[in-house]
This record gives sequence, C-alpha cells and structure tokens, in this order.
Amino acid sequence: MSSSPASSSPSNSPPAKPEPGFNFAYLDEQTKRSIRRAILKAVAIPGHQIPFSSREMPMSYGWGTGGIQVTASVIGQDDTLKVIDQGADDTTNAVNIRRFFKKVCGVATTERTEEATLIQTRHRIPEIPLQEGQVFVYQVPMPEPLYFIEPSRTEANKMHALEEYGPMYVKLYEDITKFGRISLAYDYPVMVNGRHLMNPSPIPRFDNPKMDMNPALQLFGAGREKRIYAIPPYTEVKSLDFEDYPFAVENWDHACEFCGATDSYLDEVVIDDRGGRMWICSDTDYCERRQQKRSGTTKKLA
Amino acid sequence: MPYVAVKGGERAIRNAEALLKAKRRGDSAVPELSLEQIKQQMQLAVNRVMAEGSLYDPDLAALAIKQAWGDLVEAAFLLRAYRTTLPRLYYSKPLDTSEMAIQRRISAIFKEAPGGQKLGPTFDYIHRLLDFKLAAEDNIFPAPASEEYDATAATPRVAQTLEQEGLVIPPETAVNQSRTEENASQTGDIIHSTGEGQSPDIEPFDITRQSLTTPTNRDARLQNLARGDEGFLLSMAYSTQRGYGKNHPFAGEIRMGEVEVVISPEELGFDIAIADIAVTEVQMVNQFKGSKEIPPQFTQGYGLTFGYNERKAMAMALVDRALQAKDLGESLDGPAQDEEFVLYHSDNIEAQGFVQHLKLPHYIDFQAELNLIRKLRRDYEQNTSKSESSDGWQKEEPDEMESFA
Repeated sequence: MSSSPASSSPSNSPPAKPEPGFNFAYLDEQTKRSIRRAILKAVAIPGHQIPFSSREMPMSYGWGTGGIQVTASVIGQDDTLKVIDQGADDTTNAVNIRRFFKKVCGVATTERTEEATLIQTRHRIPEIPLQEGQVFVYQVPMPEPLYFIEPSRTEANKMHALEEYGPMYVKLYEDITKFGRISLAYDYPVMVNGRHLMNPSPIPRFDNPKMDMNPALQLFGAGREKRIYAIPPYTEVKSLDFEDYPFAVENWDHACEFCGATDSYLDEVVIDDRGGRMWICSDTDYCERRQQKRSGTTKKLA
Repeated sequence: MPYVAVKGGERAIRNAEALLKAKRRGDSAVPELSLEQIKQQMQLAVNRVMAEGSLYDPDLAALAIKQAWGDLVEAAFLLRAYRTTLPRLYYSKPLDTSEMAIQRRISAIFKEAPGGQKLGPTFDYIHRLLDFKLAAEDNIFPAPASEEYDATAATPRVAQTLEQEGLVIPPETAVNQSRTEENASQTGDIIHSTGEGQSPDIEPFDITRQSLTTPTNRDARLQNLARGDEGFLLSMAYSTQRGYGKNHPFAGEIRMGEVEVVISPEELGFDIAIADIAVTEVQMVNQFKGSKEIPPQFTQGYGLTFGYNERKAMAMALVDRALQAKDLGESLDGPAQDEEFVLYHSDNIEAQGFVQHLKLPHYIDFQAELNLIRKLRRDYEQNTSKSESSDGWQKEEPDEMESFA
C-alpha cells in the first residue's frame, strides 16, 4: 500500500510526439476506414455483430486486440484516452495498452473518467457515469452470446436472424430450477433495443444496468473472433430475466476499506495467509477521488 | 504486504523485456547467431515461420526466429504483426506450379510419371540415428552431382493423366456449386470463386482482407489452411486416416521447388515477374464412390505451403479433401470434415493468444463468481440442514457470506 497525491500518476500525461516509423494509431488508413465502416453498420443495428477483417496486432489475440483496433480506428490527435483493466488504470494490461497508444498516437491520457473522450476497458464500466460525447470501447473475447448453447456460429447466426432466443431463456430457467437463481455472474446476456441478444463482454452483472440508456457511444471489438458491435447513445439495454425472478445485481456487506464507498464494485483482496481479507473499490479512479475528497491523500495497493 | 501480481507499472514491463533479451542471448562468451546462419542452417524453421506467418521473406523470418528465442509460433506471430502494417499493392497472378524449377518430385500412384521422379533432399529414407559426427563443427558435406536436369522445362502434373480420362474432378468444377450471392453480400465487396480455372474477373476470397464467415468456400478454406498451424493440421489429417471422416488418400504428386510470382499491374498492361519463391505443392487423389449427381471418380485434396514444408502440405491436402465432404454430399462424421471446427481453430496466432490470455487478470469476474458460489453454497447448506437437521456443511466464516440485492 502506498500513499501519494493523485497528480503524480504517470497515467495522466499531456499529448506528446508519437514515435516515428508508425502510421498514426499503427493501422494504415485503409484498414482504419474499413473498421469504421463496420462500426457504422454496428451503430445502425444496435447489438448486432458485424464481421470485420480483423488484423494481427503487435499484441496477442485475446489480449484486447479487438478493442485496440476499434480505438485505433476512431482515435484522433485531440482525444484524451483512458485505459482500464479490471476497473483499474494501473493493471499491467491497461498500462501496456496505454503505453502502446502513447507510442503510436502521442495522445493525452488520463485516469479521470469524465476527462477522457475515449475509454478502452476490459471487464468493467467505471462507477462515474459516462457522458454524452464519450466513446467507450470494450475488449470482447467472445462476442457470441449463444456460444455455450450453440457453438456453431453458422447456427447461431440463424438463431439471431430468426430472433430464436428461447434456448437462452431455457438455460436461465434451468438455472433457477437447479440452483434457485440464475447462475451467471458475468457475461450476463442482454437484449439490445428489444431485438438483438448481446454479450456485454465479461463485465460483472453489477455493471449491466449502466449500459441501459447510456449517453455515451458504446463500441465492442472482438479481434480474434473478428466481430464488432455497438450500443448507440440512449439505447435500451435489458438484462434477461423473468417476471418472478427479476434481474438483480450483487452488493457487499462491506464498504471499501480505502474510501468507504458502499455503492461500488469491490475487489476482495487477500491480505495474509490466515484467511484475512479486505474489500476495496475495483475502480481505482473512483476510489482515489473519494479519498482525496475525504482526506486529501490516497491509498492504493502497491 | 499483499502480493498483487497483476498490478505493475511500466518499469516492471520494461524490466521483463530486458530480462527476456538477456536470457535470449545466453552466455555472451558463445558467439551470437547471425541471421544468415539461421537462414542457411535452419531453413525448415524459416519455412515454417514464413508459412504460418503468412509472409514470404526468409530474412525477416530468420530475424523473427532469433527474436522469438527459437519459439516458432511466437516467430510466426512477429511476422504476422509486421505483415499487418504492409500495404496491399497488387494481387499476383495464380502461381503456375507446372512451370516450377523442381528440386523434388514424387508420385505414389504411378511407377513412372511423365517428367520423372526426383527424391531431392529428404529425410524419408534416412535412418534416424543421431549423427555424433555432426556435433563437431567445420563439417563439409558436398552435394552429390545430379544428372543434367532442365529446370526450365515444364513438368505436367500427374493428376492431368487422370483428368484426361475424366477420372478425376478438375478442381474448378469440383466444388463451389454452393457458392451464392448471399456470401458475397455478407462480406460486402466482391463475388469470389475458387482458385484454379476461375474466370479472371472473379476475385478469390482473401481472409486477410475479408472477414471469414461460415459456411464458406474452398478458396477461403485453402487460404486458411495454408496459414494454419502445422501441428493442428497434422492431427486433423491423421484423424481422417484413423476413421474420423475416412477417405483413403493416395499421394498423387508432391513437388517442391521455385516458382515465379507474376503481377500484372493494370496501369502497365503487361506481366512482371517480381520474385522466385520456393513452395511445396501436394495433390492427393482420393476415392469417391459418386452420388446421384456425380458419377464415381477420384477427387483431389490440395496442399500448398511456402518453402519446403512437406508434412504440412500433405496434412493440408488431406484436410482440404475432408472439408469437401459437404460439397460432395458425403456424410459428416469426423471433426476434420467440420468446416467451422477446422477453420476457426487452425490459426495458431489466434489460438496461442486466447489460450494464454488466461494469464491476464480476471479478478473482477472471479469476484463475481466467488460471490455466486458462496451464495449457492449458503442455499445448499440451508437446504441440507433443513432436510437432515444435523451435520450439514459447516459454515466456517458465516460473517463473510455475500448477499445479492
């Protein structure tokens, strides 16, 4: 654990000159254009997966290449970028992706959710509400919500075309009969704009309600599976449920150890080998800002 | 203090990279490998990396192998990531492998083939005994003088002998009856057709520029297989031989050598040979008992790889044939016949990334799962204690149970 004033963070940096030898944002302009075409199609049909000719990136497939390609195609010189993984700006993968975009774009970066014009995320939606004009990019490992029911994409495509989502409801119903509740903790399927079943990417179900009627543009990039989809601003996003088993999010019996928040998603941190635990906000920006307000200093995991 | 492995700043990443570089170099008293040494003395590694990296450049492949610490999948990944940045200026004309400057050519279906057979450099008939003399350096191995051989003379394909008699389906008519307009509209731009014999104005599918969706056709399949992981294709091919989609193949012809790559820029209006590249080409001949529409005849499986890459090319040909089952109306019994299964799992750049992404932090999802499991266990314990009213699961730390709103 270390205490430091928030301003010294290396994640907040002004624009700089990109490293020479790369096109702006790494991809060539033709490729960026083709990805933007796919994004436009995706925005036109909320929640519907659009195939795109995903490229190999200098990071591995499965490590955010879809989100990176989407970000690379929409980012401009004037953007301010925020990158989070598990809600935190300082996780290795977030650091690495931010470092990549600093190198190939030289754009300004920030940890502050409301200061960013473009946010790339893995597994979380920030606690501070997104605003109009912001673009929120998700890294998606498995874009197909039906994949664990129907592994064949040929068949799954037909099911989407025919709006044949019964099997998904059957799966949820079976959960209830077996366990008394829906046993999906993350990757919890949503219905977008009343038409397309969509995988929200592996965010915890805690974050699902934030997608609904969100003022920001939400873009989803799956690099390895070569699919892009989108939720335009102010689109209805409904988590699947039943009238007698309504959708609910988890809450904790604890408050954040650092900032005292009771309304945020908490990480359980093992602090010793005798089963000791503490709970802290997964959203490091949210947590540090609350701490600043309370005491003027910030604590975080070293 | 807590050990939190997933957090780490730029310094940790930089140090990891520096350590990797140092370890890769090994003992600095031992001379460093040169790219030329890798290119000359590890040619088959270079060939595999070019094939799976999908870029014909022996120098860059050698660099990738050196940089990847000898890890060939990692080297192929490096080459692919570089390939992404290259502009696509032209598509070449189809390679004419009948004009190959042949280094090796064998056929297993005729004792003599027009154009002759040539063993070339092969492991096939070598006793696999460790050669301890090779452990010493400065060996000199003179190449045997070979017969006068006119490398410029065209060598017809063995399969043509069968084609003349109508016993084998020519590749251009064998498949693709299933190709539809729908496919083209899905990908957006071009109506495409399979490889050989297509009319020149129909573009073949390009999986590096168009998104591969299923069901698809043989041109996309072949391109996918040509870049596919050798180990994966080998196992898939092997499974067909062991009965999972059985279809007995004969090695109609295997040839390896250099072919010319020709482009024909529209603005010039004439052909230009831009390179000679080494390729391995395999044509398998398989039985086919016929269907209602198609009389009994032989069918073909086709394999082509960059460089000398015979095991991969043969495996590719077997898998190509297995994947034609759909078009030939055969029953689909084995995984090698399942287009989606094969095409979506053949690429080792994709596969290595997704398997290894499990190393990334997943503690958010794990927390959600942890909450759920605790909740389910609490339900379970309540139910058990209700029904047995004794000795159920003991809650160890009841105050740590999470609840859902």
